[in-house]
Amino acid sequence: MGLLYGLIAVGLALIFGLMDVVNFAHGEFLMIAMYATFFLFAFFAIDPLLSAPLVAAALFIFGAVVYLLIVRFAMRAKANAGMVQIFSTFGLAIVMRGLAQFFFTPDYRSIPQSWLGGKTVSVAGIFLPEPQLIGALVSIAAFAGLYFFINRTDFGRALEATREDPGAVALVGIDKNRVFALGWGLGAALVGLAGAIMAVFFYVYPDVGASFALIAYVTVALGGFGSVFGAFAGGIVVGLVEAVTALVLPPSLKSVGIYAVYLLVVFIRPRGLFGSM
Amino acid sequence: MDKNFAARRRRDLLIAAVLAVLAALAPLFVKDVYVQNILILTLMYAALSQSWNILSGYCGQISLGHALYFGIGAYTTELLFTKFGVLPWFGMLSGGVIAAAIAMALGYPFFRLRGHYFVIATIVIAEIGLLLFQNWDWAGAALGITIPVRGDSWLKFQFMRSKLPYFYFALALCCLAWFVTWWLEDSKWGFWWRAVKDNPDAAESLGVVVFNSKMGAAAVSAFLVAVGGSFYAQYLAYIDPESVMGFQFSLLMALPAVLGGIGTLWGPVLGAAILIPMTELTRSYIGGSGRGVDLIVYGTLIVLISLALPQGLVSLFSRARAKNQVKGATR
Repeated sequence: MGLLYGLIAVGLALIFGLMDVVNFAHGEFLMIAMYATFFLFAFFAIDPLLSAPLVAAALFIFGAVVYLLIVRFAMRAKANAGMVQIFSTFGLAIVMRGLAQFFFTPDYRSIPQSWLGGKTVSVAGIFLPEPQLIGALVSIAAFAGLYFFINRTDFGRALEATREDPGAVALVGIDKNRVFALGWGLGAALVGLAGAIMAVFFYVYPDVGASFALIAYVTVALGGFGSVFGAFAGGIVVGLVEAVTALVLPPSLKSVGIYAVYLLVVFIRPRGLFGSM
Repeated sequence: MDKNFAARRRRDLLIAAVLAVLAALAPLFVKDVYVQNILILTLMYAALSQSWNILSGYCGQISLGHALYFGIGAYTTELLFTKFGVLPWFGMLSGGVIAAAIAMALGYPFFRLRGHYFVIATIVIAEIGLLLFQNWDWAGAALGITIPVRGDSWLKFQFMRSKLPYFYFALALCCLAWFVTWWLEDSKWGFWWRAVKDNPDAAESLGVVVFNSKMGAAAVSAFLVAVGGSFYAQYLAYIDPESVMGFQFSLLMALPAVLGGIGTLWGPVLGAAILIPMTELTRSYIGGSGRGVDLIVYGTLIVLISLALPQGLVSLFSRARAKNQVKGATR
């Protein structure tokens, strides 16, 4: 679970690190990814494991479009820049939730039978549910891929350079908007991947994103905004804390542990665990 | 400049007085209970947003966790009322004081955080409050509290026969929040807050006591919001954690100020006057299907207004005024 939180959060951290924008519709990105997975399964009987790359690709396009249609303009605001970003992406989240209610009704849906659903696997004497295990493996693979991508490819370097100094990269002929749009696409694709896996073991409904979004923000802030590695580490911490809290407190209070740890961490290190001070 | 400022302040006060009188006369013409309800909610959100604006707009500490103070106001009043029979007026006052105290206690650690870290901390603390109340059996847990009918009087702050007393209280609260903002705008605090918002480091070096001025803003802001929560609880006669402390409340408080103009005297009033009737009407005319059309309309408007008018609707007026001044100068 922690690794999945990490995967959701990495997308958010990528977008934030790239351009200092917090995507308040991140949870809704997750929600549509889950719906996409659900419908691919319901209509075409495509197993979530196979549809995950499709969903990620679709979300990539979606993320880039959102950047070009909304965020690009939000970033131009000179006054109240922070508020404009928060409320334009938040407005988008409300619209997406409304659309989901309109088209898919507020019903809870779940994927009844998939390859992985319900099976468990025994690793060194510990029984693990298969979907979660695969989720963890996919998360690690995706994170390794992203790491390689950012550090080894031309595009990754362009991304990094644009982050450092958007003005200077324009001089060497890098189109800032294209890089940012690709960054948004990439961030959304990672959420898409996470959503596809989570659709196997979570109910899908229009508000599902909201419950994960706050945890994603906490995860990112815990790791330190702008640090992709921090977000992944933050995800693992959050997953562990959640598991421990679930043992001590009633299930309805399990998020309290996550929030408390977040507050504790930022009081000691106001920039998060791996944030630059 | 100084002269203009003083003149503007006098003009603001005059406009507010005229608006307040007009609003007070409104029930003479509006007999429809449904419309009265919209007016009450509009005034309440204007008051809440104005209070939120003190900390987040003037002082620049963006809080998306003010639902915590709203809920504390509502719960303090109703727990005192239902468990101990204490009059809501006293509950309202103690709710405000408790909320202000909590805001200051939270300020100690929180005001060290900056930017998104602060925003997320406020969301998180409100969420913790929500979860705790949902699991607190004595306070009704997730089921909430139904407020029993104990009479129909100003003393008990319960009115069965008519909505008008609620209307006048909401109006008074709105005027109070506006007046406090107006008064603070020209005080030492007001100047400090703007300095802290623009550049905390520079403010600090010029001798502004940054930390204390943030604390002051938080306390005033939380107190007024809690009074609003207490009013809301009495008005609905039913509260549960989700409906008074949910995240959406924090946003509903912030939105009028954001749409109207954050950090301005008139922004929250203008924003609430447009946003709340719009919300209520879309909800009742197209939201009844339960299919989220109201959300789509509402969300689209938020996106468009925040992109097109980053300084809020109030900036339309100042832009027009600036144009007039240019015209006057060239003439």
